[in-house]
Amino acid sequence: MISIIKARKQFSKLQVLDDVSIEFQRGECIALIGPNGCGKTTLIKSILGMVIPDSGEIHFQGKAVLNDETYRKQIGYMPQIGRYPQNMTIGQVIEMICDIRKPNQSLDEELLFKFDLRKLYHKKMSTLSGGTTQKVSATLAFLFNPDVLILDEPTAGLDPISAEILKAKIIREKSNGKLIIITSHILSELDDLITALIYMQDGKIIFHKTMEAIRQESGEQRISKALAQILQKQA
Amino acid sequence: MNRIIKFILLDIVKNKVVLLYTILLAAFSWSAFGLEDNSTKGILTLLNIILLTVPLVAILFATIYIYNSAEFIELLLGQPIKRSKIWCALFLSLCFSLLFAFLIGAGIPILIYAPNDVGLMMLILGSFITVIFVSIAFLSAIATRDKAKGIGISMMLWLYFALLFDGLILFLTFQFSEYPIEKMMIGVSMLSPIDMARIMILLKLDVSAMMGYTGAVFKEFFGTVLGTIVSIAILFLWMWIPFFWSLFKFKHKDL
Repeated sequence: MISIIKARKQFSKLQVLDDVSIEFQRGECIALIGPNGCGKTTLIKSILGMVIPDSGEIHFQGKAVLNDETYRKQIGYMPQIGRYPQNMTIGQVIEMICDIRKPNQSLDEELLFKFDLRKLYHKKMSTLSGGTTQKVSATLAFLFNPDVLILDEPTAGLDPISAEILKAKIIREKSNGKLIIITSHILSELDDLITALIYMQDGKIIFHKTMEAIRQESGEQRISKALAQILQKQA
Repeated sequence: MNRIIKFILLDIVKNKVVLLYTILLAAFSWSAFGLEDNSTKGILTLLNIILLTVPLVAILFATIYIYNSAEFIELLLGQPIKRSKIWCALFLSLCFSLLFAFLIGAGIPILIYAPNDVGLMMLILGSFITVIFVSIAFLSAIATRDKAKGIGISMMLWLYFALLFDGLILFLTFQFSEYPIEKMMIGVSMLSPIDMARIMILLKLDVSAMMGYTGAVFKEFFGTVLGTIVSIAILFLWMWIPFFWSLFKFKHKDL
């Protein structure tokens, strides 16, 4: 569904994407993990067209994403740090995005209700806590029933109950056959979510394996232990 | 794109700075015409005020507004909208609101006190200056991520166009007064839209006699139809080049 072909990106002297090639298929739930600054967010942002790779290509359903914006209709993106116009209220932000996306199918307002955001509709974005901002980001990502969900550290900053709500939602969307790409540092919460794992370091993909393969190879059930073993073997 | 323009315009209206600017322009204009006994003098006074304040407000407000829209731009980039549409919508809304302020604030008194070709010229040139400086603001805002630096660049550009350029021209005329540089001065004056606007209005006011021989050369050029067309074309270039340059940069920017 999404293919990245030999993407390279350099920020001044730092090579953040170094010859990255990946294929993402429908129905997969992929975790992108790796140390801070290894290029996860840059990779995500280049899929979204927010960062333009120096070389290489990114295709969405066979079409190059450069100079085309319609493919973003099928993507719900939840940024790591959601930045919103400070003097707009939650209601206005949601209304504006609806107005811009002109959805032709009904909205998926599940998170809107479960996070109880309607009560906060009149609140300005500048007055929100980090967690509430994350809830707005999550709601917006799922609102339009997109085929692809890109979640950049979705549960960072959320309280445990909200994090559970979001996880349950992710699992439900996965079973609906959507492609889900998640980055996270909390490996334990990925355990029952993901079908494949990509480990990145210094802008390179160290490995890209399905969970089955990882579990077989390491003999461990938990991602954190399995990952530690595999990385040790490689080193 | 209309939807985005609508949202930005609403935001600018809520901001109230543009409203204050309208009131200030109106106060300047009404008092300029009220204090002078004939409309030509009023226009002259107003010309100097407009040529200082309009570029200043346009460039500073636009620059700061673009920086403050960073979050708005980021939010829209994840949505199915072309980058160029976001940037153009921002440009059009800023131009539209500042033009509206200028035409209401200064336009009404000018049309009442000086309903002639000079008044009309003032309105047209004032509108050009507004759009040109918004356009320059877009270029300085895209040049750097650092807000303080960007606003600094804008202020320096305003200082240069509004004050320093005049000094530079004066310096050149004195240094090369032995040489026939009058024709060259026409070309040099086109390097600053504010100076072009000033010269075009002064010539319309028939006070060019005060500018001596240079004035006569200017009149010979700017007074003709061809001269007017050329100068309008140059003003259009001033409007489009900085904006399109910034648009090109915005399309290739990493956000």
